[in-house]
Amino acid sequence: MKLSFTVDGDEFLLAGEASSQVKKVLKQLGVSSAIIRKIAIAMYEAEINMVLHANGGSIDVDITPEKIYILFQDEGPGIKDIELAMQEGYSTASDEIRELGFGAGMGLPNMKRYSDDLKISSELGKGTKVEITVYLNREGD
Amino acid sequence: MMEYLHSVTLREEKCVGCTDCIKRCPTEAIRVRNGKAKIIDERCIDCGFCIRVCRNRAKKAITDNLDSLSEYKYKVAIPAPALYSQFKDVLDVNVILTGLKKLGFDEVFEVSRAAEIVTEESKRLIKEATFQKPIISSACPVIVRLIQIRFPELIDHIFPLLSPMEVAARMVKKDLTKRGIDEKDIGVFFISPCAAKATNVRNPIGFEKSYVDKVLSIKEVYKKLATFIRKMDDIENLRMSSSEGIRWAMTGGEGKGLGIDNYIAVDGIENVNKILEEVENGKLENVDFIEGLACTGGCLGGPLTVENSFVAKNRLKKVLNYTNKENIEKKIDSSYEDIFLSWNKEVISKPVMTLDKDMNVAIKKMEELEKIYEQLPQIDCGSCGAPTCRALAEDIVRNNANIEDCIFMLRMKVRQMAEDMVALAQKMPPSLNKNDS
Repeated sequence: MKLSFTVDGDEFLLAGEASSQVKKVLKQLGVSSAIIRKIAIAMYEAEINMVLHANGGSIDVDITPEKIYILFQDEGPGIKDIELAMQEGYSTASDEIRELGFGAGMGLPNMKRYSDDLKISSELGKGTKVEITVYLNREGD
Repeated sequence: MMEYLHSVTLREEKCVGCTDCIKRCPTEAIRVRNGKAKIIDERCIDCGFCIRVCRNRAKKAITDNLDSLSEYKYKVAIPAPALYSQFKDVLDVNVILTGLKKLGFDEVFEVSRAAEIVTEESKRLIKEATFQKPIISSACPVIVRLIQIRFPELIDHIFPLLSPMEVAARMVKKDLTKRGIDEKDIGVFFISPCAAKATNVRNPIGFEKSYVDKVLSIKEVYKKLATFIRKMDDIENLRMSSSEGIRWAMTGGEGKGLGIDNYIAVDGIENVNKILEEVENGKLENVDFIEGLACTGGCLGGPLTVENSFVAKNRLKKVLNYTNKENIEKKIDSSYEDIFLSWNKEVISKPVMTLDKDMNVAIKKMEELEKIYEQLPQIDCGSCGAPTCRALAEDIVRNNANIEDCIFMLRMKVRQMAEDMVALAQKMPPSLNKNDS
């Protein structure tokens, strides 16, 4: 089944709405807690990133009994060096954002850690596309 | 296994079938059917919110009554410290404890004293064992049940420790049997601010059998107890707990006792929900301990108390000041040492929200649910008996409701039908005389 969300860019203290909704749906579908936890963390990080850096965007979720695929698309500034951004502790967040407790440089690393497959493509000035896949029948891997 | 018995139930004759409780239930566990509220057992976590919001007092908690004292030869009251906040101008806990004896109890043992023991054990465990951070307190049974049904992935975070009530009951029974009293003659009565505690006595979480025999609500003992308290002349010195244990009655009390700074104390079930959601998102891994309490003000705001929670807080502070002046040192002796304080039964998740065991079927139902939801007015009026339009959509895919239960959908269908009839009425069979119309 498919779910779509539009993420608002200005309300970043409220960000996490979409993740929250998806978590609720996954629980109703009977997805195991271990998987929900992975999705919750990976998705929340991606959603927050979208709000912090790209002024919002769209999220499309596709759920099948085999896997959960989440596509994040924004029209933000893009990521200059994806490899660098993947490093723990690296962040381009402004001081203002850091003061609010974000910008620890754990966003992308956490997304990678909690997803089975992570694809990021980005074009400077155009936007970023993040694809997260979590497989459902791979528990105990 | 024993049948699951909830403490919170409905007094049918008083229920008028309004939407007050269905809208406020944190787990969407109530529907109105045939003009009466109906609690969905597997979803109810006994928070008692509906008891509080019902203007017709149609919800109540099943607890025991004072007559049940006669069932036991040796009766011991174990009062929750929230009881100390219920009486105006009573600062000395001994007055209340003596009053309980006058009610007919042979002995009293303070739950706050057991709380101090739980605090000691908690400190030791936090230091020694490795728990999933943040550790979530198990003191509030409502929160434990909430985690079971809504946050199953956080079960590993729950602190697997007996509650002060349970420790108190065990200490009492151990001590009395040592003194030669037959265990079956002993009745341990918990004086409770809380409906969920009553449920926990019947269906414990984390261990097999509760040592508490009866649960009396604070409301049940209040009137009689107040009479004894007003004309008290011979105050016995019964208090054994210090302010550290008594403070457990209010939000932050448990956390403060642990002597750590890095904790969150949160009350009100919606607030706790938000915090648990943050834990779920991996945002609070740097916090050591979370004390989550379902009622506003903590146990002082329990649905079975008499006094308003904010007034009770003011009073408890006075009691704590008085207690500090009395300078009773916290006393941890060896009397609890052979009581096993940890849980020994696994806490299981209760996936009551799941639409179907088979995920293929669940996905189909979910898609259907979304489709139905799109058709509904989405104003969450509650007239269908479900708390929200989404809840109605869910009930429909579970075959527990029809789309016509929605008064707007029903009206639309009636109108459609009327229009069809008008259209049909204008049709004329060609063989009929035109003047007959």
